[in-house]
Amino acid sequence: MALTGIQIYKLLPQTNCKECGLPTCLAFAMKLAAKQVELAACPYVSEESKAKLAASAAPPIRLVTLKADGHEVKAGNEVVLFRHEKTFYHKPGLFVRLKAADPDLAAKVEAIENYTVNYVGMDFTVDGFALQADGDLAAAIETVRAASKRPLILIGEPQALESGLGALAGETPLLYAADSSNWEAMADLAAQHKCALAVRGASLDELADLTEKIKAKGVEDLVLDPGLNAEGRRVNMATWLARATQIRRLALKKNFRPLGYPLITFPAEHQDGAGEAVHAAQHIAKYAGFIVLDTFAPELLYPLLVLRENIYTDPQKPIQVQPELYEINAPSPDAPVLVTTNFSITYFAVANEVEGAGLPAWLVVTDAEGMSVLTAWAAGKFDAERIAKAVKDFKVAEKVRNRTLVIPGHVAVLSGELEEELPDWEIRVGPREAVDLPAFMKQALQTA
Amino acid sequence: MAVEIPKDSWPGSVKEVTLGATPAEGGTRSRTVTVGGETTLPFMHFEAPPPHPPAIAIEIKSRRPQDWSPLLGELWGAAMNAPAEWARQAEDADADLLVLALDIEDTVDDAVAAVQSVLQASGLPLIVWGPGQAEKDNELLVPVAEATKGERVVLGICEDKNYRTIVAAALANDHLVQARAPMDVNLSKQLNILISDMGLPLDRILMDPTTGALGYGIEYGYSVMERLRLAALQGDAMTQLPMIVTPGYEAWKTKEAKVGEGVPAAWGDWQARAIYWETLTAVALLESGADIVVLRHPESVQNVKQAIANLMTPA
Ligand code: SF4
Repeated sequence: MALTGIQIYKLLPQTNCKECGLPTCLAFAMKLAAKQVELAACPYVSEESKAKLAASAAPPIRLVTLKADGHEVKAGNEVVLFRHEKTFYHKPGLFVRLKAADPDLAAKVEAIENYTVNYVGMDFTVDGFALQADGDLAAAIETVRAASKRPLILIGEPQALESGLGALAGETPLLYAADSSNWEAMADLAAQHKCALAVRGASLDELADLTEKIKAKGVEDLVLDPGLNAEGRRVNMATWLARATQIRRLALKKNFRPLGYPLITFPAEHQDGAGEAVHAAQHIAKYAGFIVLDTFAPELLYPLLVLRENIYTDPQKPIQVQPELYEINAPSPDAPVLVTTNFSITYFAVANEVEGAGLPAWLVVTDAEGMSVLTAWAAGKFDAERIAKAVKDFKVAEKVRNRTLVIPGHVAVLSGELEEELPDWEIRVGPREAVDLPAFMKQALQTA
Repeated sequence: MAVEIPKDSWPGSVKEVTLGATPAEGGTRSRTVTVGGETTLPFMHFEAPPPHPPAIAIEIKSRRPQDWSPLLGELWGAAMNAPAEWARQAEDADADLLVLALDIEDTVDDAVAAVQSVLQASGLPLIVWGPGQAEKDNELLVPVAEATKGERVVLGICEDKNYRTIVAAALANDHLVQARAPMDVNLSKQLNILISDMGLPLDRILMDPTTGALGYGIEYGYSVMERLRLAALQGDAMTQLPMIVTPGYEAWKTKEAKVGEGVPAAWGDWQARAIYWETLTAVALLESGADIVVLRHPESVQNVKQAIANLMTPA
């Protein structure tokens, strides 16, 4: 938490020597609290005070970056409990766990590495691999590195992990995990190889003790696993939600350093019947920093990647595309003219449908302030006037010979008004959902 | 180190709303379902255990839907031709509530017959949706409300353009309403005010903040729900209503759920993907405060049921 001017003043030499350019130390302290000067402007601050000031300026949830050659996955540095308060910044990294001893390791790594899925114009992939050190870890790392340069999470006991770390010089993997029995060895290993270190405990009390002890050994890039109970089993959804919420509240509202770290989760390990997908969804919504999946299945990954994107979208910035006249499949002047809004999800749903069906069309994307058809219509941002204005501004009539304008089924009520606004055009009501557009175009519009 | 857990305490709470009426209460339902009553954020047991679990409704239609995913068509099969049979199977699939969606082609007689056959076939509390076109909603829902007087049916979906007639029908026949506003805290409040100004008590209103499916705007609905619930807990009376959302309807109209061919290989298995789409949409909305989720596929119902059981009992 930021210090006040008075608190800062107490850390300064209090000699009023004026070398910082200000008349008194107090004046300097006030300016520093307001972030109007740099601490470096005072040549006489003690090392101890510097450390205290730096600690007070650190973010309440530490930013932890896992690095490999050319890839980075960051977690932490979040500032709110609810996305509408500002935004969530660092999407939780999605890792897939593989076993070092798996004879099919190479093939699995390759399949996961090659997985890409496109969502509204963005390509999503898995972020990295978690390797369970149940066999020759060094050999397994070599196998992974032959196919992938993504960051790694290494899971096992200190001796087993040490055997693999030589192969990862220059990288920052995450070691999993320090607990009350092995934390010294783990902390030494993490310090020596400059790794991030996960810490697990059966309660917040235990976690806070461990992180303080480990930090005292010089390891600061820590990640918390709050998902275990005293018997070493995974807690269920209610307890996980409570702990994740408590940790984030303590960090953000109380500036409680011992728990100010991102979280790691293992959705498949919760044996409570809810299943890997449901736990992973909870972890995405509520505060995970790294998520380790045991299942690599496109039908599971795709919805999780989309959920993550949605939850981490900045609510202050609706995702929009440029309002203009878009050409789909090189339309001739006789191709039909479709109308939609500039909410990017809406735009991509429509464009992908028509493009995928191989149908040529003109797409008038109106400026609806980045809202979907129904929302924009309800908010008065997608009405006959705006649509008519777009048709005129984009000079659609000059580029297109055909005079049929198709509006989304959800705004069928606009057709009358639109006919008045655009007397030369025949207004047709299309389907409500983009997915039904190709059939509509083929049947109702007879588009070839 | 003994970590002191910060606990929130709130001045406001969510109203309890009871759906359905047993014979003792003037209806014919075998049980009622009560939702709401929360005094803190979703599932924060360490502050106050939620008084009621969120309920799952299964959506059925008065006639076989033409535009539903073929996966749902195969699954429900012939039951889709008869709402009574469909209702029985939905009850067997562990629904807590039924939603019967009337069709634009229904006559008044069709609609009343469909509702009555469902009430006879199943003892679950019922939510009845009009076809979603203001005039037709009014035409069908008024006689339905009269024919089911005393059952504490939820009539929907009230929007700003059609709420008057539906609310009047609920008032006259001891029913409830579902009030939907398009993903906006203030519009939700406004509609609740208009409805309660007509004399309908707040404990007979379910608030539907509208949601988008995963990938199709879920984040808007998600955040509006979090904001509505925070407002309710802070004491804003016109937001203190349980929330009903329709992840089944939203998820099953997406291409991801509806279409199996000609889609990217990276989308994976169609059926599994479709069920994940519905399940994950619903789970995200539970985390943001949903009191009733309306679903379509029995496997999603099982998934969401497990999630609710988990969320209701810390372990
Ligand atoms: S330079 Fe440092 S010691 Fe001198 S007046 Fe400024 S703050 Fe005080």
